[in-house]
Amino acid sequence: MSILVYLEHTEGAVKKSSLEAVSYAHALSSKVGGEVVAVALGNISFEELVKAGSAGAAKVYHVADEKLSVGIIQAHANAVGQVFQKVGANTLVLAKSSLGDAVAARLAVQLKAGLVSNVVELPETEGGYTVKRSIYTGKAFAETSITSDNKILAVKKNAINLKTDGGEATVEKFEANLEDKDFAAKITSTDQATGEVLLPEADIVVSGGRGMKGPENWDMIEDLAKELGAATGCSKPVSDIGWRPHHEHVGQTGVKVAPSLYVAVGISGAIQHLAGVNGSKYIVVINKDPEAPFFKAADYGIVGDAFEVVPKLTEAIKANK
Amino acid sequence: MKILVCITHVPDTTSKIQFTDNNTKFDKTGVQFIIGPYDDYALARAVELRDQTGGELTVLNVGEAETEPTLRKALAIGADKAIRVNAFPKDAYFVALQIAHYAKEGAYDLILMGRESIDFNGGMVHGMVGELLGMPSISPVMKLDIEGQSAKMAREIEGGKEYIEVDLPFIAGCQEPIAEWKIPNMRGIMSARTKPLDVVETISDETFSQVNAFQLPPAKGAVQLIDKDNVEELVRLLKNEAKIL
Ligand SMILES: Cc1cc2nc3c(=O)[nH]c(=O)nc-3n(C[C@H](O)[C@H](O)[C@H](O)COP(=O)(O)OP(=O)(O)OC[C@H]3O[C@@H](n4cnc5c(N)ncnc54)[C@H](O)[C@@H]3O)c2cc1C
Repeated sequence: MSILVYLEHTEGAVKKSSLEAVSYAHALSSKVGGEVVAVALGNISFEELVKAGSAGAAKVYHVADEKLSVGIIQAHANAVGQVFQKVGANTLVLAKSSLGDAVAARLAVQLKAGLVSNVVELPETEGGYTVKRSIYTGKAFAETSITSDNKILAVKKNAINLKTDGGEATVEKFEANLEDKDFAAKITSTDQATGEVLLPEADIVVSGGRGMKGPENWDMIEDLAKELGAATGCSKPVSDIGWRPHHEHVGQTGVKVAPSLYVAVGISGAIQHLAGVNGSKYIVVINKDPEAPFFKAADYGIVGDAFEVVPKLTEAIKANK
Repeated sequence: MKILVCITHVPDTTSKIQFTDNNTKFDKTGVQFIIGPYDDYALARAVELRDQTGGELTVLNVGEAETEPTLRKALAIGADKAIRVNAFPKDAYFVALQIAHYAKEGAYDLILMGRESIDFNGGMVHGMVGELLGMPSISPVMKLDIEGQSAKMAREIEGGKEYIEVDLPFIAGCQEPIAEWKIPNMRGIMSARTKPLDVVETISDETFSQVNAFQLPPAKGAVQLIDKDNVEELVRLLKNEAKIL
């Protein structure tokens, strides 16, 4: 039985979280056997597709239908479902993401598959099939058994180290049999920042809160982010007032990030904000109030005025290169 | 237009998460339950759409009797009637089966819910209901307008948004800023007491997964404070200790 991995891509590049999902599938196959096969939809180059090989896939199916270049949920689910049947898979692995969630949910019904989301470890397969997943927005874990034959695992970022020493993957075209009704939801246009590090994918995130005083002061955050190769984020009030775009809003009701490093500048550290960052490996907090709750969740902290500390920190990082 | 909004009954976002019975049950001691924040956005937009286009707004929850105050709150916010499917929500598929059944029976034009629940964070019920009913499912939706038989919406994608058009009926998983949360007023609270709240039984017991036990993450160590006039020290720690730079 093979393991199928659903690859997402943006701006022509396979997403790192999808390659992590391939690495996860590879580690899973070492445990339970089976070939790792990946599937990508829409316009994407051969050079990008073979990256799945380095991450651990033996084969990549490419459904090159131009119409699938955008994430139409129903059409993606049906195309992936057809590849799943074709390769005789019993497990689908994908990266947790807004498109991934939506596609996986439809497939769970189609394939009668138990779907576990936010998976943080490889499953325990002795006498059953138990997966550890993150719940309560990172505040707890649940050991969940899947009782169906087919299984879908949506893997949380940083659950596994990215494998880069896999082999060559063969790339094969696959024609999906899609109907008009699969495209009933029409994407009329897209507004997407280009050339930026995507927040949910970023390995380092620099976020600003209401302590930044206004949107005109974001240069400071952006300079620091640039020096670190980081994505920028913000707290909820900051996106509510419109200082920053909504897709940068981190927390309980926004993006959940799991970077290696999260730098919080002028953010108080309300429990709802922390819910979005508790998957970070290291947290740096810069806040002028020594009592700010964020310090309790931080690894490193600087008590001081952001307007003084941030430019100095940016310079110090630059000097250290 | 007939609108169905599916809501979860979840611990308030400030709750301390703890477990009892040998880590097999959520500890409700001192915990306040609320309408899931994303579901609350869906409900707020549904109330606006119902007020605009007329019709009827039903809220549905799959849960035991303890969730009724949460359904009453949704009635106070503006829903016209409530349905409680009388069962402990065992897994996402189980919940989706119940919703799909009652959604079909009620022939709703629009089915809204939150993008995910804040207890299990699955984000899958909307997609499952869509597949069960053979309807488009779109999530996470941050803007939604209805014009006649079709809808225009914005869906958040990583780093931006995409604009989508689709005909009714469909299912959407909602998030901010689709509408502002509504706080029930006195009139709403009074009228909620007499609005219908029907309790119905499950139509299937099928599940694909089950939770065996819970765990809490290990406690975080104390913060290392660095002097604001010595940011070089932070750079050194990030390089040598955290091995990030
Ligand atoms: C249901 C619900 C969901 C929510 N979801 C989210 C969510 O997803 N994400 C989220 O972020 N919030 C969320 N919130 C809101 C949350 O409770 C807080 O209100 C919010 O996170 C506060 O944002 P802030 O830290 O930027 O602002 P504030 O709380 O105003 O904090 C500003 C901080 O900046 C510091 N500061 C001020 N000036 C300076 C300076 N010159 N230099 C350094 N530091 C300075 C202050 O000491 C303070 O700590 C939610 C709330 C609810 C009820």
